[in-house]
Amino acid sequence: MTLVLAPGTAALLALADQRLPSGGHVHSGGVEQAITDGLITGVQSLERFLERRLRTTGLVTAGLAAAAATITTPGQLQRLDREADARTPSPAQRLASRAQGRGLLRTAKATWAAPSTTLSWTDLGPRPHHPITLGCACAAGGVTPQGAALAAAYLSVSAPSTAAQRLLALDPVTVAAVTVRLGPAIEQVAAVAAHNLEFEHLPDDSDPLLDLLAERHAAREERLFAS
Amino acid sequence: MRPDLYLSDSADGGARLGVPRPAALPHELPGEDPHEHRAGPGRLSGEHGPLRVGIGGPVGSGKTALVAALCRVLGEKLQLGVVTNDIYTTEDADFLRRNAVLPDERIVAVQTGCCPHTAIRDDITANLDAIDDLVERLAPLDLVLVESGGDNLTASFSRGLIDVQIFVVDVAGGDKVPRKGGPGVTTADLLVINKTDLAPMVGADLDVMSGDAHKVRGDKPVVLQSLREDPAATDVANWVLAQMARVPA
Repeated sequence: MTLVLAPGTAALLALADQRLPSGGHVHSGGVEQAITDGLITGVQSLERFLERRLRTTGLVTAGLAAAAATITTPGQLQRLDREADARTPSPAQRLASRAQGRGLLRTAKATWAAPSTTLSWTDLGPRPHHPITLGCACAAGGVTPQGAALAAAYLSVSAPSTAAQRLLALDPVTVAAVTVRLGPAIEQVAAVAAHNLEFEHLPDDSDPLLDLLAERHAAREERLFAS
Repeated sequence: MRPDLYLSDSADGGARLGVPRPAALPHELPGEDPHEHRAGPGRLSGEHGPLRVGIGGPVGSGKTALVAALCRVLGEKLQLGVVTNDIYTTEDADFLRRNAVLPDERIVAVQTGCCPHTAIRDDITANLDAIDDLVERLAPLDLVLVESGGDNLTASFSRGLIDVQIFVVDVAGGDKVPRKGGPGVTTADLLVINKTDLAPMVGADLDVMSGDAHKVRGDKPVVLQSLREDPAATDVANWVLAQMARVPA
């Protein structure tokens, strides 16, 4: 029996799994603040929020992850790091991205010797952006750039949906159904994001709402999530 | 973004109170002869990083008070850092700062995303990053105390996060707690039965608690303690120092 799948598919599943111990569970992707501000009150408003997040943050991070999976030199890594900063206007979101990249880097280092034959993990620096780290980890695991885009797009909705489930005590079955129903949209976003991997053509959509939520959240005294 | 939160990537990496610490550090504690831990293969060499001690236990059992006591007793002799895992992030850290048991920069609070238990056992990333930040900022550190958020009797720390762990229960939680067991009570390297001064008031039988604890824990140590009667937490402090003297595997 031969299983016909793209190489690296199992690594892709692992990298898109929220249980991968890389610190994602303390980040809500704006959901905690959106709940506080009354923007998410139940499953329907959660689904709308997640789709909006997918088509902005998800699209941008998918492009960055796909591009990172093609990188061969430290110079390209530095350039992509600046591209990620430029696409992340909220300082709080930049910090959240780098905190999660740092966590994923620890896991990736423990798993693979290097991102590729021409790069080392130290080339990423101590606090790389999460999608860039994800793309490099995908490359290390033999996942294609398209697969890296898919993982980033999927994570842009799966992690926030779990945060909402915890904070609002939503029915986990219903929340899982929402995430799965977004599947076709996730695949579409990943395909668009990985269409042209020239850095200057990477998606650069932004969402002022998510930026504002991130900044309002960072200024709070009391919060359960880091972002 | 508040500078005390681990997420703040601020570049204040240099500031550090105090003067460079000698490689060997003499100290004395109540009940012990003055002694020093030799630099070399032991923890204090810095080669293995600081000893990391996890402190867990149910809500209200006295974890933060114990951490404060240890900071007061050990903080002057050792290079010490504290990581707190609170529900709302800064409550315990603020308590430690208010009581000025350590300089602010030595106390870091992490967010646990509604799941204090996950943050110390299943995905320890936020805590590892907080410890790395402390070490980077304050090196060489001798000891890092990681206080978990209040949890239940199944709480335990991942061995990837800490070297040894202390589990704190209190007599007011009921004298059945040690018998009920759970990973916290049975597997912790040290079990502390706290607030023994309250025993007569809540009708708790200390002999039963101690006996049950020893029964479920085998040879592992149990300390009965009242911080009202011994604010220096002498037995626990001595136990921590004994762990520091051990050569890491």
